Amino acid sequence: MTSATTAATGHAAVSAGVSPERHRLGSLLIRAATTLLGLVIVVQTLFVLGYISFGFSNWLPVLIAYVLWSAALCWGLVLRDGEAGWRAIFVLPAVLFTVALVIFPTVFGLFIAFSDWNLQSANGRQFNGLANLRQLWADPYFWNALGNMVFYVATVVVQYAIAFGLALLLNADIKAQKFFRVSFLLPFMLSPVAVSWMIGKSMLEYRFGPVTNLLRWLGWENPSLLTTPWLAKTTIALMDAWVWIPFMMIMILAGLQALSKEVQEAAKVDGATGWQGFWQITFPLMLPVSMTTIVLRVIFQLKLADIVINTTSGGPGGATDTISSFIFREYKDRSNVGYGTMIAEIYLILIIIFIALLLWATNRFMQRHA
Amino acid sequence: MPRTLGRILIYTALILWTIIALFPIFWTFSTTFKVAKDVQLGHIIPWVDFKPSWLGLRAIGLSPDTIFTESTPRAEFIKRFWNSIQASIGASILALILGSMAAYGLSRYSYHWKIWKNRDISFFFLSQLILPPVVLAMPFLVLYKELALLDSMIGLILIYTLSVLPIVIWIMKDQFDTIPQELEQAALVDGCSIWGAFFRIILPIALPGMVAAFILSVILCWNEYFFAALLTSSYAKTLPVMVASQTGSQGISWWSMAALSSAAILPLIIIGIFLERYIVKGLTTGSVK
Repeated sequence: MTSATTAATGHAAVSAGVSPERHRLGSLLIRAATTLLGLVIVVQTLFVLGYISFGFSNWLPVLIAYVLWSAALCWGLVLRDGEAGWRAIFVLPAVLFTVALVIFPTVFGLFIAFSDWNLQSANGRQFNGLANLRQLWADPYFWNALGNMVFYVATVVVQYAIAFGLALLLNADIKAQKFFRVSFLLPFMLSPVAVSWMIGKSMLEYRFGPVTNLLRWLGWENPSLLTTPWLAKTTIALMDAWVWIPFMMIMILAGLQALSKEVQEAAKVDGATGWQGFWQITFPLMLPVSMTTIVLRVIFQLKLADIVINTTSGGPGGATDTISSFIFREYKDRSNVGYGTMIAEIYLILIIIFIALLLWATNRFMQRHA
Repeated sequence: MPRTLGRILIYTALILWTIIALFPIFWTFSTTFKVAKDVQLGHIIPWVDFKPSWLGLRAIGLSPDTIFTESTPRAEFIKRFWNSIQASIGASILALILGSMAAYGLSRYSYHWKIWKNRDISFFFLSQLILPPVVLAMPFLVLYKELALLDSMIGLILIYTLSVLPIVIWIMKDQFDTIPQELEQAALVDGCSIWGAFFRIILPIALPGMVAAFILSVILCWNEYFFAALLTSSYAKTLPVMVASQTGSQGISWWSMAALSSAAILPLIIIGIFLERYIVKGLTTGSVK
């Protein structure tokens, strides 16, 4: 929140054309609003801690005070800095909004992570130091879920290959291109919860689902898709692919369409076969788009949860669990807020390291091939 | 005739994938109209394999014979549907307002807020994309409890806005970058204020980008399940949570599940068919330079 208060200092030098009274009024407004916000927070904190007898029944007034403070800050900046203030308030609301909703919960989350807090128990929150961390280190379900995440992220490469193939098909000289494009895009727009039922619970139904019927007809006697561990994992990966391939396909298609016509002609004529033309011309030119697509897709894949929660709840025996679905159950079934938050925070750190490495690796790779 | 063979292969592959993409949707819609026997025998084609019945729609009170009578399931369904509309439209509008303004500022001016420059502010917004929902979920749960925002529409809208804001900023910044600066400069010379130029000159030009950002946000919020499942219970529960809570229970009739699922995906299919251009525009922002 300090970042916002200091926002104006940089602009103080350029506040030419603002009368001294207006400048003073603006500063006064900001200071008054900040004092008021601070006062509300202090009073409420003292009240909750039991030092004073008056206060609010919940923290909502603090939120309202924050909103009012934000408005006063924006207005004060305009009064104080004139033109520069008008410019600052383009970005300021979004910054204040994000800071309030991300920074505070994340910091607060760290606070929860180091405590033994079960919402069902009467003890309330108790600081327990590194106990959650130790529990996590010894929790086979956590490592299992992490291992599954590696598998799910690895499937992105397969999805990419299929998506590239589909994009090439759509980019070919075909009739009814729009029809095919819309049809291919539709799965991406469906709610994962609905997909879980549509495919996971009904089409894969063991006794009479159309997919199991088809598999039986093809000669597979016992298609227990969601009860055999490795099969269940593959099935979830396939459902996830069904939803997300359109996303990658659209990105790659846009890349293909941006290639100049000459390049595409060259790819067709020059090489002896279309296959060679693809590997020597189209594919290298598509590398930047491919990298962006894969990195974005990996970022989304790390959040995979809805389909797992609603199709298998992580089962059988945790075979399909993702970190997110594991934490979801930790809360839903056991109300274990403290431990769940610790897993989430550790996961966040792992993600940040992983994405940073991924970006670094792609940059290196792109530079070498540029 | 290798060319003809190639064309046949291309169209075969296209049709095959069309079937893979569309069959689950067709299956869901058609199962709405099946009785138990048709489901168990795996009947697929309506009027040939089975005779459509109003069973699924009757279960949620929307069949022709129940639509004008009192119906508890229908009331429940409409409430959830309406909640989903409120949450997705509300969050998308809020994100579009905050995001367009921020994107415009970042696209046109250079800020120096202490050590923060434009690049840092942009990175700050975009880095939110990496944050998985689980990290925020539990702090939000406890926080919302203290703020009396648990199971409230406003709480849900706030968190949805947060989750789509980076995407809106990403799309809108790209959009504003393509509009030449001379346009506002001319307006400023004519005596427009910077906000006047923004509203009257730039926003109308940036409309396609805004539509793309809005539609993408609506889709994402409409489908959101994780936060809705954790943060809402009886009042603000959305359609995906309702669908999910029905799948868990054994013995739920297939036709009514199919009807619910159909209702959850139908609005998106309509959007997909008619506004595909904008979705593609939103998705491919910035990937192709």
